[in-house]
Amino acid sequence: MAPLEELTAAYEAVRADENFQKELNRLSRDYAGRPTPLFFAQRLTEHAGGARIYLKREDLLHTGAHKINNTLGQVLLARRMGKPRIIAETGAGQHGVAAATVCALFGLECVVYMGSEDMRRQSLNVFRMQLLGAEVREVDAGSRTLKDAINEALRDWVTNVADTYYLLGSALGPHPYPLMVRDFQSVIGRETREQILLKEKHLPECLIACVGGGSNSIGMFHPFLGDESVRMIGVEAGGAGSELGQHAARFNSNGGGRLGVLQGTMSYVLQDEHGQIAATHSISAGLDYPSIGPEHAFLHDTRRVEYTSVSDQEALDAFQTLSKLEGIIPALESAHAVAHALKVAREMKSDEVLVINLSGRGDKDVDTVRESLKT
Amino acid sequence: MFSVVNLSLGRITQSFIELKRENRRGFIPFITAGDPDLVTTRRLIVELARAGATLIELGVPFSDPMADGPVIQRASERALRNGFGVAEVLQTVAEARKETEVPIILFSYFNPLLQFGIEKLARQSRSAGIDGVLVTDLAPEEATEFAKALRTQDLDMIFLVAPTSTDERLKMVAERASGFIYAVSRAGVTGAREEMSGAAEKLVGRVRMFSQLPIAVGFGISRPEHVADVWRYADAAVVGSAIVGEIEKLQHSSDLVAMIGQFAQRLLAGGSHVQAREAT
Repeated sequence: MAPLEELTAAYEAVRADENFQKELNRLSRDYAGRPTPLFFAQRLTEHAGGARIYLKREDLLHTGAHKINNTLGQVLLARRMGKPRIIAETGAGQHGVAAATVCALFGLECVVYMGSEDMRRQSLNVFRMQLLGAEVREVDAGSRTLKDAINEALRDWVTNVADTYYLLGSALGPHPYPLMVRDFQSVIGRETREQILLKEKHLPECLIACVGGGSNSIGMFHPFLGDESVRMIGVEAGGAGSELGQHAARFNSNGGGRLGVLQGTMSYVLQDEHGQIAATHSISAGLDYPSIGPEHAFLHDTRRVEYTSVSDQEALDAFQTLSKLEGIIPALESAHAVAHALKVAREMKSDEVLVINLSGRGDKDVDTVRESLKT
Repeated sequence: MFSVVNLSLGRITQSFIELKRENRRGFIPFITAGDPDLVTTRRLIVELARAGATLIELGVPFSDPMADGPVIQRASERALRNGFGVAEVLQTVAEARKETEVPIILFSYFNPLLQFGIEKLARQSRSAGIDGVLVTDLAPEEATEFAKALRTQDLDMIFLVAPTSTDERLKMVAERASGFIYAVSRAGVTGAREEMSGAAEKLVGRVRMFSQLPIAVGFGISRPEHVADVWRYADAAVVGSAIVGEIEKLQHSSDLVAMIGQFAQRLLAGGSHVQAREAT
């Protein structure tokens, strides 16, 4: 509890600190490349035949995904707290890369925990992290994926709390992480709101984002939560089937998702009847996690946000569709949002607006897609 | 069958009263239920009691034991292969109760208990003969409902404190705890160590400022010297990974239970021996 209390106090202090915000803005702008464009996707719109589709281009950020919004914020916080050592967990490797990147920027020691299974399927990202100066530690316990990497990072943190900052990569885990990550990612939604009002003169009718841990989606949704006319949809990984273990759709109660406690959070968790946490599957490693950020659980229960899922195959199809129609290769995670957006846009009117959060680019996924297309 | 047990005080409180009366210190072994299987667990409970355990901590296996080091992680993995749930763990305790009155507490992460049902857990723990529950990842400020359910069934709620716990937290724990307080000896996770740090003794001193409850120290205790050292300043020593590590080594041996009993006795006796020697 003590490290969490220390972190909460430190975060409360910087939240109100103008200088901290100024420094974060400067780095977001000059280093990461904010603001990201909001792009009207003409051909995709025609293809869907309904609403006007916009893409929020988080794929254009430095490191190729929205993750850096969070790592910049948290590393600045770690420096404030005087912690010389940063540890992180990573699933697909995007957060690990974003963490290693910002640690290199500030000359901080960086250790990234990664499950053996994930290291195997994302070996390019492993090497990338090493090139950036981080140490990647293999986690061989449990299911050897993201949740096990989180366990190991937590173990390291409680053991080394005096000199170590735990850089959690998504909007989950114990308080204050869901709050901090949401705050750092909200720049996405804030920019989108300003940009769409300039371009369309009215708020979008619908926002769509993919949901793994929930950081890119909460970042997009949060600034619009008070706008009742804005419909929001979170798209989870439907994987290869609906049996427990074949997907990562936490809100699918038939598929084993219900309230549970994992890694310091109460939220919807994929688990068996004894409360043992389930294995999950998705073609996109970034959505492959058995729990979901608690704010999403709340938004689901209060019905402010709708949650649905899209299969591996549908994501693969959307991956190719966006590539061919707009010349943008999306991350497989983001392709889940694109897949569902096409279905929703089709049913909307042509003067209505739908915004997709394009959370990352797909260079990292080309090998996976190539393999899948062979079979 | 009821012998000298004072029914108005729980088994845990009784045990510590007896220890105090006899000027002895407690020895608390931890084992993971179902490692290697529940039948062995039942026999181990009885054997450890016979070897002199003051209280037994019975771990409920969990897929994500984030507060545990590799030894107990592996024990959980072994146990989970048997595919049982909380119900079967309670049944195992009920069986063991036919042969022993040793206090037993459940040591678990919250999720398996939550899925089982808190009220149901409290009721069935009481009927199985469990005396208390320690939930690793349930902070005291979030344990109000849970503690209430346990209290309704006269079960003790055991809390953890650590060297990093603030005075406020120690006070909060002191207000809610019953039975005994578990003081973790160092920052980190479970696992046997070569040396014990001085942090544990300081922590116990701080806890005593807020609570009169017995204090057990655990994490890292693996040798008789460690046990003797803990006995200088605390009411009991908890031994987890060292015992679980032995179980791992002996998992295919038909003599497992007897040998674990002997291992426990050596820790206990060695502790007493060293303690007696230091007292002269």
